[in-house]
Amino acid sequence: MNDFKYIGKSIGRIDGKEKITGAAKYVDDIDFGAGLLYAAIVESPHAHANIKKISTKKAEKIEGVIKVVTGAQFPFRFGLYMHDRYIFAQEKVRFVGEQVAAVIARDPKTALNAAKMVEVEYEVLDPILTVYDALGNMKDDSNKKFGHNPKKMIHPKLSEYTHVPWFFPQDNSNIAHFRKIRKGDLDGGFAQADHIFEDEYTVPRYAHCAIETHASVGLCDHSGRLTMWTASQSPHTQRHLFAEALAPLGFSHKDIRVITPYVGGGFGGKAGVSMEILAAALATTVRGHAVKVLWNRSQEFYNTYQRQGVHAKLKIGVKNDGTITALEQLLYWDAGAYVEYGANVVNAAGLSATGPYRIDNVKIDSVCVYTNLPPGGPYRGFGYSEFLFGLESHINEIAKKLKIDAVEFRLKNAIRGGDKLAYGAAMNPNGLEDCIKKVAKEIDWGKKRPIDPSLPHLAYGKGFSLFWKAPAMPPNASSSCFLKFNEDGSLNILLSGMEIGQGYFTVMAQIAAEVLSVPPHKIRCETPDTDRNPYEWQTVASHITWSCGNAVKKAAEDAREQIFDLVERALEMKREDLYLDSEAVKSKSDISFCLNFKDFIINGISKKDGSFRGGPILGRGMFMPEFTSALSDPETGQGGKPNVHYTVGAAAVDLQVDKETGKIKIHKIAFAVDAGVALNPDLVKGQITGGLLQGLATVLYEDMRFDDKGKLLNANFTDYKIPTTLDIPEEIVSIIVETPQMDGPYGARGVGEHTMIPAAPMVGNAVEDAIGIRIKSMPITAEKIALAMLKEK
Amino acid sequence: MKNKISFILNGEKRQLEVGPQDTLLEVLRTKLGITSPKVGCDRGDCGACTILLNGDTVKSCLILANEIDGQEVTTLEGLMEHGILPIQEKMVEKNSFQCGYCTPGFLVSTHALLKKTPCPTKEEIKEGLAGNLCRCTGYTPIIDAIIDFTKKNS
Ligand code: FES
Ligand code: FES
Repeated sequence: MNDFKYIGKSIGRIDGKEKITGAAKYVDDIDFGAGLLYAAIVESPHAHANIKKISTKKAEKIEGVIKVVTGAQFPFRFGLYMHDRYIFAQEKVRFVGEQVAAVIARDPKTALNAAKMVEVEYEVLDPILTVYDALGNMKDDSNKKFGHNPKKMIHPKLSEYTHVPWFFPQDNSNIAHFRKIRKGDLDGGFAQADHIFEDEYTVPRYAHCAIETHASVGLCDHSGRLTMWTASQSPHTQRHLFAEALAPLGFSHKDIRVITPYVGGGFGGKAGVSMEILAAALATTVRGHAVKVLWNRSQEFYNTYQRQGVHAKLKIGVKNDGTITALEQLLYWDAGAYVEYGANVVNAAGLSATGPYRIDNVKIDSVCVYTNLPPGGPYRGFGYSEFLFGLESHINEIAKKLKIDAVEFRLKNAIRGGDKLAYGAAMNPNGLEDCIKKVAKEIDWGKKRPIDPSLPHLAYGKGFSLFWKAPAMPPNASSSCFLKFNEDGSLNILLSGMEIGQGYFTVMAQIAAEVLSVPPHKIRCETPDTDRNPYEWQTVASHITWSCGNAVKKAAEDAREQIFDLVERALEMKREDLYLDSEAVKSKSDISFCLNFKDFIINGISKKDGSFRGGPILGRGMFMPEFTSALSDPETGQGGKPNVHYTVGAAAVDLQVDKETGKIKIHKIAFAVDAGVALNPDLVKGQITGGLLQGLATVLYEDMRFDDKGKLLNANFTDYKIPTTLDIPEEIVSIIVETPQMDGPYGARGVGEHTMIPAAPMVGNAVEDAIGIRIKSMPITAEKIALAMLKEK
Repeated sequence: MKNKISFILNGEKRQLEVGPQDTLLEVLRTKLGITSPKVGCDRGDCGACTILLNGDTVKSCLILANEIDGQEVTTLEGLMEHGILPIQEKMVEKNSFQCGYCTPGFLVSTHALLKKTPCPTKEEIKEGLAGNLCRCTGYTPIIDAIIDFTKKNS
C-alpha cells in the first residue's frame, strides 16, 4: 500500500506517561495560591419566574464573604450562534438551576453558606415544559402561523436577538430556529410509492457525564488583564465570547488570555461557553484575585448543555421493490431555555435527516423550540444520534413490512458518492456499501442464534443500523499551527485543538513526523494558551484530525521548505535532490551527504569563513475550507454547501432479551466506519469501543427525568446510572474501511462522534427481532421491555 | 473546631490540622498537594478519588480527614515511589485511557485487585473495577491490559 513511516501506524500515545502517572494537570489541579477566592452560585428554584427583588445584605455581612454579585452588574447578552443568553438571569429565570447571583468568599464553604442567605423574590410563572405546549398553534393558516404563541413566549425579545445568517427565528413564537429542507417533488414522490409508512419516535434528554465536571478560574489583574483557566474544548472561541460579552467593560481580545490544560472528558459538553462566563465576569469584580467556579456533579447535570430531546414524525414512501421515493420528517426539538449553541444542533440535524440514503423527494422541518428546561446543546453526535433512532427504526419496520431483508433494503437505498444530498450538493466518495457488507458478514447476518430449550425465557435478535455525520461548523471555521524545532532536532508543535482524550496530540505528532522524519516521541504538543498558541475554532464536530491535521501538515511542509531553502543557499546543494530522512537532510544525487537537524536547525550552517547561515526553523500552517457556504434559500434549504463532507458507516448487534425481566445482554457488536485513512488505527478503535458504550448507555440505561415543575430529578450518578465495567458488550469487532478524503491530511476524515450514533437504533431493531415488539421511545430499558411484554400477553 | 491528626502519607509521617467536615479527598488535594485523586462526584459514585487506606481501596471523598488519624494513606504518587509500575507501562501500550481523568483511580483499584488476586479472571477484573467510572474508553482497553499483563506474569 503506502510506504509511510508513521501514518497509518498505531503509534503509542504521546500523552501516555503524563496521564498514566497522574502528572497530567486539569484545571482543578492547578495551585492558585493562598489568595484564591471561591464563588458559589445562587440558583433559581423555579423553571419560569419573574425576578422581583434580590437582597444580598445578609449574605454580605458574613465573615469571609468578599462580594455578592447579581445580574444588575452584567446586563449583557451573549452566545455562540445566537445572542440569547445572559451571564446572570435578567428580569426572568427560565430553568431550574439558572444562575441568579453569586457569592465570592475566601473559602468554598463560606461561599456556599452565604449563597443560601441571598434572598430572591420571584413571581412564579407557568413553566412550559414540552415542545407542544411551547409551540401552541400546530396548524399553518393565513392569519396564524405554525408555532404562533405570543402569550407564552419564553423569550419575548426573540426578534431582537442577533444570530448567524443561517438561523430563522419565528416572530411571536417559541421557535428560535426553523430549518426547512425541500428537495424534489414531495407529492410526486409519494404518488410514485406503492406504500406509505408513517410513525413517531421520541428521544429524551441526556447528559454527557464527563468524569471531570466544568471548572473555571478567572483572574483580572489591576492592569486590566483577564486570564482564564478553563476545562474547555474551545479556548479561542471562549476568548472570543468572553471578549464579546465583556466588551462593555472595555476588554479586547488581546487583554484576555485563556489557558486550557487537559480536559477530563468533553463529548461536546465543554464546547462553546457555558458556566465559564461566570468566572470571567466575577473576576472583573475582585481585581487582583483569582476566583474559582467549580461545578459539582449536580450542577454538571442541570446547568451545562444537555442533549436535546426530540419528537420525530416520519413518513416514507416506498415502491414494492424497496426503492424509497419520498421522505417527510418533522423534528420538534426540546431545546431548553437558551439555544445559542443548541439551535445549530437542530440545524445540522435538519440538513441531514435523510440519513445516508439516496432519496429524491424530501421534506424536512427541524424546529428548535424554547422550553423551560436547561439549555440544550452539543453532545457527541450533534443531532444525528437523536434523529437516527427514529429513522433507522422506521427503515427497519418498512423493510420488514415489505418482506425485504433489512440489510438488502439498506444496500438498495444507501447513498453513494455523487448522489444529491438533501440540500442539493453532491455526496462525497465513501465506502458505505463496503461497511454494510463487512458488518453483515461479521455479525453473521440472517442467521439467528438457536433458542436454548433449557433457557426458554431467552430470546435472541440481531439489529442493523447505518450512520452518517458531517461536521457542523461555520463555513469559515479554521485551524492553525506553529511548529518549532529545538536544538536537538526535537519539535514543539503549538496548536489550539484540545486533547480531550481522543488522541489528537498523537495524531498531530504523527503528521508532523511523517513530513519531517522526526519520530513522534521526539515531538511535544502542549495544551493551549491563547496568548501563545495560534487560532483554532473549536475541538468539536469530529473535524479536528481533518482540519487541524491539514494545518499541521502545512506547517511541517513550510518548515521542510525552509530547511531546503537554507541547505540550497548555504551549501549550494541542488534543491530538487534534497529530502528528509531520519532527522537529517539527505540528497538523492550525493548519497554521502547527511546533515543532521541537530547540527543546524537552530544555530544555522557554518561557512568556511566562520559565519553562519540560517536561524531557528519555525513552520506555520493554516487551514480553512474555502469551498463551503451556509447561505441557502430559507424556504427550501437549497443552494449552499453547508457541510464539508460526511463520514459514514454501519453497525450491527447480536443480543439476547430475557423475556421475564426485560434485561438485555449484548453478545457482539460489529462496527465499520469509513475513516478516509486511519492515521492511527488503534486510536480509531479506541473511539469505537468508547463511543459505542456511550451510545449503548443512551438506549439501555440513561435518561433525564424531570418533575412537573421542570426540576431534574436524577442529577447524580446514583440515579442517572452510566455504564460500569459490568455493562460492557462481550465482544466488539471494529472494522476500518478506507476511502481517502481527498482534502484530508493523508486522506483522513473524522470518526469521533460517529461511534456513538448507531447504537440506539441497532439495539431497538435487535429487540424487535428478538421479541417482535417495536419500542418507539428511548431508552429501551428492561422495565420498558418487561411492561411491553406484559401488554402483549 | 480544628483537630490535629497525624498519619502516614505515601510512607511519610505527616501532621495536619483539619476541620470536622473536611473530607480526605479535599485535604489531600488542597492541603497536601496530592492531585492524582480527582473529584468526580464527591459522593462515592465514581471512584475517581480512589486511594488506599491501610492497603484497602476507599473512596477518599467518603472519608472524613479526622478519621484517618494514626492510619496509612497511599495514593498513586506513593505507588510510584520506585518509578512507573509495569501495569502502567502495559496500560500505556494498550491505550487504557483517553482523557486520563479516571486513570489514577483505576490504577489504585487495579493495584489492589492484583495484590489480592494476582491472576484474576475477566469476571473478577470487572467486579474489581466496577466502582470506577470511565466515560471515555468503554472499559475494554483497561480490562484487556490487565488480562494481558497477568498472562505474561503467570
Ligand atoms: S469523587 Fe469520590 S467517588 Fe466520586
Ligand atoms: S479516560 Fe476519560 S474518564 Fe476514563
